[in-house]
Amino acid sequence: MDWVYLIEVLVGGLMSGVMYSLVAIGFVLIYKSSGIFNFAQGTMLLFASLTFVKMTENGIDFWTSLFIAAGIMVIFGIATERYVIRPLANQDLLALFMATVGLATFQEGFSQFVWDSDVHGLQMSKFLDIGLLDPAPIFMSDHIPWLDILIPKFDIFASLVAGSLIVVLAFFFQKTKTGLSLRAVSDDHMAAMAVGIPLQTVWAVVWAVTGVIALVAGLLWAERVSVSFTLIEAVMKALPVILIGGLTSIPGAIVGGLVIGVGEKLGEIYLADVFGGQGIELWFAYFMALIFLIFRPQGMFGEKLIERV
Amino acid sequence: MSKSLLKVNNIEVVYNHVILALRGVTLDVEEGKVVSLLGANGSGKTTTLKACSNLLHAERGAITKGSIEYNDNDISKTDAYNLVKDGVVQVLEGRHCFSHLTVEENIMTGSFIRENPKEAKQDLERVYDHFERIRIRKKSLAGFTSGGEQQMIAMGRALMSRPKLILLDEPSMGLAPQLVEEIFAIVKNLNKEGVSFLIAEQNAMVALKYADDGYIIENGRVILKGKASELLERPDVKEMYLGVGAEGKTSFRDIKYYHRRKPSFS
Repeated sequence: MDWVYLIEVLVGGLMSGVMYSLVAIGFVLIYKSSGIFNFAQGTMLLFASLTFVKMTENGIDFWTSLFIAAGIMVIFGIATERYVIRPLANQDLLALFMATVGLATFQEGFSQFVWDSDVHGLQMSKFLDIGLLDPAPIFMSDHIPWLDILIPKFDIFASLVAGSLIVVLAFFFQKTKTGLSLRAVSDDHMAAMAVGIPLQTVWAVVWAVTGVIALVAGLLWAERVSVSFTLIEAVMKALPVILIGGLTSIPGAIVGGLVIGVGEKLGEIYLADVFGGQGIELWFAYFMALIFLIFRPQGMFGEKLIERV
Repeated sequence: MSKSLLKVNNIEVVYNHVILALRGVTLDVEEGKVVSLLGANGSGKTTTLKACSNLLHAERGAITKGSIEYNDNDISKTDAYNLVKDGVVQVLEGRHCFSHLTVEENIMTGSFIRENPKEAKQDLERVYDHFERIRIRKKSLAGFTSGGEQQMIAMGRALMSRPKLILLDEPSMGLAPQLVEEIFAIVKNLNKEGVSFLIAEQNAMVALKYADDGYIIENGRVILKGKASELLERPDVKEMYLGVGAEGKTSFRDIKYYHRRKPSFS
């Protein structure tokens, strides 16, 4: 066996796994705090990255665009809570789920209406010069001397960004007062209200944070698959991640993402022949989730059986 | 007669626009008093408490008539967050601890409305002083603690907002008699520090023993009120709620005579 190649595959898998995790965390945040499975996650990614790309195409510089796009996502998140979630609070969860389906449709149309439906390329290397990134073709593998393996530089960059965002989120949840109240709300709405935690504010924060995560995840994914409707499909890859990790667990989303990332790469390389040829990467993640569901339906770190979705 | 802290004026509560849960509950919690609200299952105790703490809308209930005053201000429109800020906090029936949070985190959630983190730390100590039992368990997940400990966590959590009035719903539920006494002893201690209580209870014996005033509620209506000590002595209350017959066996029909009489309120 070629060990260097194996390590390359592993590292590559881990890195795409981190990107899956990032998308999955968006789902988990909203599910945890309000019990809603947010169908609009994919369109949020699309809307966020489209907003960003259109701004840079119109000559606004990288950081300004980034901040404006983040601001728009925050406003969007707060508005979603105010006009979509709040009127439906305490209603059947299915009603809320359907509302997010509606939100997804709206967002899809809205982003085409405001921007356009073209496929946009995104090359962050044009804007960012942080040593890791050559302006040259970004998917060219780069030689890592101390391990003697080849890893695309953008992957390293993307996983660094995603990883640090995850660390920041973990800190936010575990150590701050707002984070504590978010966890309290996710545990028991009624009790949280009784001790004076304003549910509406907490939900607004969650949607705003999710919006910003969607922006970051959207940009990282867009660099790989371009800013277009394929982004929404990239998000679908997060579904097996949360099924494996558990819908209610942020560590689950991270580990699940890594498992899927590594699993599909290893599957592609070593199991493709068993399953009849190349290309199993496309569906292998779902297959893994299916197997996983049979043995542990609540996911690795899930708190309870998922009855609603 | 001391100043009245909470005044419930003839409220009517309807769930889901159709289910009439309360039809005319009037009660009064005076400052510094412990008031017990007694009644059987489904008589409206919890609904009354939730009406006071404005948590009804979460269960699609609404106050359709009457008013609730706290410190002479109408609070029937004030949301739970602002009520907690003003000093009214409810401890829910069945404790409702955040089971995936540690004991200490649970208690700290009660300090959400507080601006000053230093004060919150002091208050945490105060909570542990009252509830020594949970101090040693502060790092364990609340979901793994016993029923009595969870009751203490829920009460400690409420205490963190420095309330003036605690609405305590069914603190004795599922607890051993010894623990019930312990919980009520703590209630009495807190009361000495100036916290008023409105307690909904099924365990009438204990609730009246520790209370100053008592109300008995049935079918969404207050049917009896008075000093707790006087209620304890009434033969009908003894028979119906304390399980001790006055003399021999009384016919069920005879002891229900007071149901038909609506008390007059002055």
